[in-house]
Amino acid sequence: MKKENVIEANQLTKTFGDFTAVNAISFEVKKGEIFGFLGANGAGKTTAMKMLIGISKPSSGTAKVAGFDVYSQTESIKKNIGYMSQKFALYDDLTVKENITFFGGIYGLSRKKIKEKRTQLISELGLENISNKLVGSLPLGWKQKLSFSVSLLHEPKIVFLDEPTGGVDPITRRHFWEMIYKAAHQGTTIFVTTHYMDEAEYCDRVSIMVEGKIEALDTPKKLKEQFKVESMNDVFLKLARNIE
Amino acid sequence: MKTIGYIIQKEFKQIFRNKGMLPIIFILPILQLVILSNAATYEVKNIKFAYIDYDHTSTSRALIERFNASTYFNVMTDFPSQNKASSAMLAGEVDVVLEIPNHFERNLLKYKTTDLSITINAIDGAAAGVESGYVNQIVQSFNKDVEMSIMNTSKKAIQPITIESIPSFWFNTTLNYKTFMVPGILVLLVSMITLFLSGMNIVREKEIGTLEQINVTPIRKSQFIIGKLFPFWIIGMGLLTVGLILAKVIFNIPMLGSLALLYLFTSIYLLVILGMGLLISNFTNTQQQAMFIAWFFTVIFILMSGLFTPIESMPKWAQLVTEFNPIKYFVEIVRMVLLKGSGFMDILPQLWKTLLYAVIMNGLAVWSYKKVN
Repeated sequence: MKKENVIEANQLTKTFGDFTAVNAISFEVKKGEIFGFLGANGAGKTTAMKMLIGISKPSSGTAKVAGFDVYSQTESIKKNIGYMSQKFALYDDLTVKENITFFGGIYGLSRKKIKEKRTQLISELGLENISNKLVGSLPLGWKQKLSFSVSLLHEPKIVFLDEPTGGVDPITRRHFWEMIYKAAHQGTTIFVTTHYMDEAEYCDRVSIMVEGKIEALDTPKKLKEQFKVESMNDVFLKLARNIE
Repeated sequence: MKTIGYIIQKEFKQIFRNKGMLPIIFILPILQLVILSNAATYEVKNIKFAYIDYDHTSTSRALIERFNASTYFNVMTDFPSQNKASSAMLAGEVDVVLEIPNHFERNLLKYKTTDLSITINAIDGAAAGVESGYVNQIVQSFNKDVEMSIMNTSKKAIQPITIESIPSFWFNTTLNYKTFMVPGILVLLVSMITLFLSGMNIVREKEIGTLEQINVTPIRKSQFIIGKLFPFWIIGMGLLTVGLILAKVIFNIPMLGSLALLYLFTSIYLLVILGMGLLISNFTNTQQQAMFIAWFFTVIFILMSGLFTPIESMPKWAQLVTEFNPIKYFVEIVRMVLLKGSGFMDILPQLWKTLLYAVIMNGLAVWSYKKVN
């Protein structure tokens, strides 16, 4: 059975003056898929993502996210997506509980629902003892896990993760990916950017962006076959080298 | 509505959790009010006075005694020559030098007229003007007494007709400068604190990256902005209350008009200031930039508000500029309501202009706040 597309981008482009950050990229992401969005620093990943989540207007091309247009229906998109940015973006001066309450409230969840979600989330993350501590005092790994959980609070169709595991230790990264799998299993589509090529292997499909263009897009297995290499790391290096 | 509640709740938690911010919000304004109100005075007192007496008669000594008796003048010394006096003024040791010429008494008795020379340090022109006024008053009253004594000894026929004006000072009968300044400084602190706080608040979220997180939520711009500004509106009203209490308790400022009217005006006025803060936030990327811009406007607004210098004495173009100064209206209203007891109809023009200003400012602020770049 063919699954529906939740993200469709067609010739999506973003220019800043003379500089083309994202150059006519086209791709689809299917429902429940873990889609890896790879690329070197400055390849245009974050810019592309910002257009998809409705905080940056594309220069040209079209895209639909959760069935809504990225030009005219950004606010409807926002109801249906979760986003976790590169920068940690919960409030350091609020406690774990307060952060959850605040974001739940902003997404318009009912008081009862917020309470329910809060209890569930805190127990899942094992944060019972520190739920009244300021978020700023938590170690980075915990912050990232909390931040991911908060982005799922309103049960979005798609969640966008921008380098979610940057600077996090291997064990926490492992936990993090378990959480991603769990969310995907429940039907949430995951759109994730990363620098770690071992993480790319966990994705259902990956695209590799080089200098604003998507140079490769397929399952990790097929990409390795196509480039006749053993690992995603080599796929990436080969692509990046070709450009140089 | 509920969404706004969540934002307000969060803002208050953050404000009261910020240990560095609380004193800035509440202690600084109090210090400002207490210190500035005592320091910002127009009165010229303790004038350093010196004289050169070439005459050495009972009349010249009587004149000097007048200055000695005055509370405004501190008679420092007498100089034997004009050269000495000049160098003392150059060194800043004296402000006013009175020179009584030779034959002062003799001329007065013989020709019924004589001259005095006054030298005043006029680096501060306003103060020099006031000092000159004081000197004239003393000389005038001395003059009158001299006339009397001359008349007693000579013909009564030349008695001059004098016209005297007796001023009565309305609204501030004792000419207490604090009565004038304290309400103005109250305006200053309410305005500054709320402008800085609101100006830096949203830009701070930009800096730490949480604003982006907010922008990917379906929250409406107006909800976010109302939720953000409401806490500062409350703080502004709180500051007004603290300031009014201090004004009454410490300075015993008269409060003739209705305080409710003052609160009504302030509630609208604060919207202007908060809208302005938000506008600054929208066009800056760091708290530093926001701070500089906020300072730029505050300094202009304060100096052109009529707080320290009367607007009527500014050039025509500058007076036109002050029409766009919200602080000017607030200063006017506070003084009118507290000191004159003006009523609703009296402040209606300012109320309208401020309301219009509030609508424009907040309209611009909401319009320029972009969730999508």
